[in-house]
Amino acid sequence: MKTLMKGNEAIGEAAILAGCRYFFGYPITPQTELPEYLARRLPEVNGVFLQAESEVAAINMVYGAAGAGARVMTSSSGPGISLKQEGISYIAAAELPCVIVDIMRGGPGLGGIQPSQSDYFQATRGGGHGDYRLIVLAPASVQEMADLTGLAFELADRYRNPVLLLGDGVLGQMMEPVSFNPLPAGETVKPWATTGCRGRERNVVNTLYLNPEELEAVNHRLQEKYRLIEARECRAETYCTQDAEIVVVAFGIAARIAKAAVDGARAEGVRAGLVRPVTLWPFPYRMLAGVLKRAKAALVVEMNAGQMLEDVRLAAEGCVPVSFYGRTGGMLPGSRAVLEQIRLLGGKKYGHYVRPA
Amino acid sequence: MATMFARPEALTANPFHYCPGCTHGVIHRLVAEVIDELGIRENTVAVASVGCSVLAYNYFNVDVQQAAHGRAPAVATGIKRVLPDRVVFTYQGDGDLASIGTAEIVHAAARGEKITVIFVNNANYGMTGGQLAPTTLPGQVTTTSPSGRDVTRAGYPIRMVEMLATLDGPAYLARASVHNPAQVVKAKKMLRRAFEVQMQGLGFALVEVLSSCPTNWGLKPVEALRWLEKNMLPYYPTGEFKCLQQAV
Repeated sequence: MKTLMKGNEAIGEAAILAGCRYFFGYPITPQTELPEYLARRLPEVNGVFLQAESEVAAINMVYGAAGAGARVMTSSSGPGISLKQEGISYIAAAELPCVIVDIMRGGPGLGGIQPSQSDYFQATRGGGHGDYRLIVLAPASVQEMADLTGLAFELADRYRNPVLLLGDGVLGQMMEPVSFNPLPAGETVKPWATTGCRGRERNVVNTLYLNPEELEAVNHRLQEKYRLIEARECRAETYCTQDAEIVVVAFGIAARIAKAAVDGARAEGVRAGLVRPVTLWPFPYRMLAGVLKRAKAALVVEMNAGQMLEDVRLAAEGCVPVSFYGRTGGMLPGSRAVLEQIRLLGGKKYGHYVRPA
Repeated sequence: MATMFARPEALTANPFHYCPGCTHGVIHRLVAEVIDELGIRENTVAVASVGCSVLAYNYFNVDVQQAAHGRAPAVATGIKRVLPDRVVFTYQGDGDLASIGTAEIVHAAARGEKITVIFVNNANYGMTGGQLAPTTLPGQVTTTSPSGRDVTRAGYPIRMVEMLATLDGPAYLARASVHNPAQVVKAKKMLRRAFEVQMQGLGFALVEVLSSCPTNWGLKPVEALRWLEKNMLPYYPTGEFKCLQQAV
């Protein structure tokens, strides 16, 4: 059965279905419907909703709850996610599983409340201090907001790593039909959780290593885990890429807009295709490189000034020219404008037109 | 031969790193004795903070989470909400609790979070080498108030217990000192009460313990205890400020 729901609310329901019973958050537009939904729903399933005094406190409550073995979530938008970075670094260091939802709005600073993708760097490069990575999932529909929320909890537990669900104001606010797929039952066993040391040695959740050799060993262990995640968890959607000469690369809502432009180009006889990374970290470099090898040009479309663009260039390794079209500040790229960019590439014998980012 | 004195079970065998004459060791022991006497060692989760007492996770023989600077009450909140039948306590210094963690402690107290907070006040940042803390006394010399705390520039010390006593959430608020044996005995009673309050589900409990810092105060251990008595006690009076006997 399908229900018409806002993206933010779909995340909330999917989290409950994934066994999440604890939410600590703070209001900020455009994600507030998520805490509002959970404030109503969590008590119905004997869960805990707590509105924290700040995003800083909320993420530290997540640290405590995750360390105690619970499936736990928090959510925010750019300015609040910035505040959470301290806690996220500690959570990554302590290898605690949790899900963080970031419904992006325009920045920098207080910016605006309209949709944006300008926190790609913050999401995929760590965000806080130290060498760490978050698993970053980028949905492109309300259905995917729900599906990836379930996946986020699975991956968080599997790798003992924080997972960031990276949406934007459009996805959070818009309503679409969504169905909730039941998840395989079964609690993850967490023998490391601090639950009181009855019948076992005491557990310590810690991120301090004053001995540099010990801290380097911790870093090596983390990096090994990240390589494993890179090898196993890359996800991307491809559309009309089999014979594509112009490959559009976009994530989230921008990918849906780009898809319409690809259809438009195909109708004009231009062999365009789309690659939509679903995991922004790990970024699907290898898969994208395979598609780009067969292409003549790539066009990156984002709602920022060119952030994923850097990853696409890394994937292209200079084998195809990579151009960029983006809107910022809460403005959306129109599919006609994207189509115009594809035409420009097609009309200039592909490779010769590279618009500086 | 009868054992007259031994390490409490709630302390590990790890030797303390604290400076000679520092009273953290005394306070650690009191907390451990209370945990043993209440029989809650295997049912307790501690939260260590940032500062000299960060290494508390090496010393308390219970499950421990180490928190970011000032965030221990938020971390403890997360733990307690997941495990409401466990005993959760934080152990924080004055820089951690009264400066960078002011928001977290005030709101944990306001929510009546059922946790116990041990707040060790030695009137300076010990771990980083003796800088001005929110609790540094007027005129007190620190490395960042080299001419003494000038209240016209650095403001006035905060009396945390009195401030928290204006809230409805706390069930138990007290200030103790450990500068002589009689005070140590009183401090232990207060610490015990702060744990009992949580076990009875009455609400938030905090005990501030005035503590000496001979190294950063530049005093010998005995002189430091005298300095504490002479200078800190008048500004930070000991006693119980709030003592709920039953749930309201």
